[in-house]
Amino acid sequence: MADLYRENILEHYQNPSNFGTIDAPDITYEDTNPLCGDRIRIDLRIADGKIAEIKFSGRGCAISQASASILTELVDGEDLDAVRELSAQDILDELAIPISPARVKCALLGLKVLKAGAYGITDWPETE
Amino acid sequence: MTHQTQSQHTFDSERVRADFPILGRTARGKRLAYLDSAASTQKPQQVIDAINSFYSESNANVHRGVYELSERSTELYDQARGTIARLINAPDKRQCIFVRNTTEAINLVANSWGRENLKAGDTIVLTMLEHHSNIVPWQVIAQQVGAKIEYVDIDDAGRLRMDQFREILGTGSVKVVAVTQVSNTLGTITPLKEITSLAHQAGAIVVADAAQSVPHMQVDVQNLNVDFLAFSGHKMVGPMGIGVLYGRRDLLEAMPPYQTGGSMIREVHLDHTTWADLPEKFEAGTPSVADAVGIAVAADYLSEIGFAGIREHEITLTNYALGQLREIPGMTLFGPDGEDRAGVVSFLIDGAHPHDIASILDGEGVAVRAGHHCAQPLMRRLDVTATARASFYIYNTEEDVDQLVSAVETVNSIFGRRAS
Repeated sequence: MADLYRENILEHYQNPSNFGTIDAPDITYEDTNPLCGDRIRIDLRIADGKIAEIKFSGRGCAISQASASILTELVDGEDLDAVRELSAQDILDELAIPISPARVKCALLGLKVLKAGAYGITDWPETE
Repeated sequence: MTHQTQSQHTFDSERVRADFPILGRTARGKRLAYLDSAASTQKPQQVIDAINSFYSESNANVHRGVYELSERSTELYDQARGTIARLINAPDKRQCIFVRNTTEAINLVANSWGRENLKAGDTIVLTMLEHHSNIVPWQVIAQQVGAKIEYVDIDDAGRLRMDQFREILGTGSVKVVAVTQVSNTLGTITPLKEITSLAHQAGAIVVADAAQSVPHMQVDVQNLNVDFLAFSGHKMVGPMGIGVLYGRRDLLEAMPPYQTGGSMIREVHLDHTTWADLPEKFEAGTPSVADAVGIAVAADYLSEIGFAGIREHEITLTNYALGQLREIPGMTLFGPDGEDRAGVVSFLIDGAHPHDIASILDGEGVAVRAGHHCAQPLMRRLDVTATARASFYIYNTEEDVDQLVSAVETVNSIFGRRAS
């Protein structure tokens, strides 16, 4: 289990990047993981087709919160069209920890919220 | 069976463990400490063998054939019903309906008794301790007939507010009280006999969710004087897919069928059908005979160990666990302290989400449940999103508790003490 809770995961959990909300965001979206009550909201400011600012807020387990924190670092400043292509595997690779099937939904909640908010993709990741 | 010489107060959990083959395996490479019996119990070899033996030696459909195998299968099914009736001291085995699980039993009552007896303006009383299975069926029927639902709150210790219960009964509109005998989340043992007595005085019937009580303590439906009582096989060392609804005879006889089709009929005509007598009226379709045999063997297994000994063992383990967990920094423990607590310990650790707790415990071979325990209203009442829960049964030992406590200390070393 030391593998799952490596230092960088705990660091992101306890000191998350881009944590908070944006006043008058261009995009805001929130979703929960109904099985465990994890909740993540993502606010975006868009400029020239790029993510000019991203903030997330919410509560939940270390995996969901650290994953969202890492996601915001990953996509901040990036082109919206490029971010659209991010896959579940990209996130799991970025986390670089062994995620058991029961915890995959925790790990992907941030990207799920981002995809739904930014692109209206609400059936992700089931269709992938 | 291996427990015939054991007295009620000296049962040997190591001998019990030897009956449960799964406990010999490892989990994540560690000794398995199975502490999730409130979700589902493990099965002793006796139950596994009984199911195997049914399919190997006695399998045929019931109530149909005149041939030897069908006769044998029917006889085993009837005997199983008799065993279950003795387990809960039902006056007549025909008052014990085999269903799939507690959920189906409660749905049966809500749909059949409820549709026939509830009307607009009536009140259904539930409690904040209920599992979703004793909430949702009542919400659906309440919406259909225009009845309303009142919830009995809990106090800070997790006990039912009986003063409030009396107040609600005083309105005079209560027709049914659906209440758990043991909270699956807090372990609270509710005063079911007192609840039944008060409800009856107010002209209401009582439906008891006994999923967490029948496996752990002597439940006597006549002494409790309940009108309906529901429990599941898989939580009492029996198979999944079988449960029991006990009902008062006059109520069951007056109720319409829940599901219709084969087995539950007396005569079928082109334009109408008459119903079979109890219990067949409520058992449409081919029943799970092997699982009925399995739950009966499970009932005998528990009875031979003795419920007084089971209860005492669980109290000892629970107190042993509470004593150690209480010493851990950042620990929050839920549920009442006292005689009215079953072997269920819900807890939280500062700075660690219950799912992270459960994942870390899993890595140490400790199986606990983390989440809302199918009791979201209770979670909101406690102002938490989830808890971690350890639950104890006959095969658990102090070694399991030690493994739990040590794993919880690991949680703290990862999360608790480095919080910023």
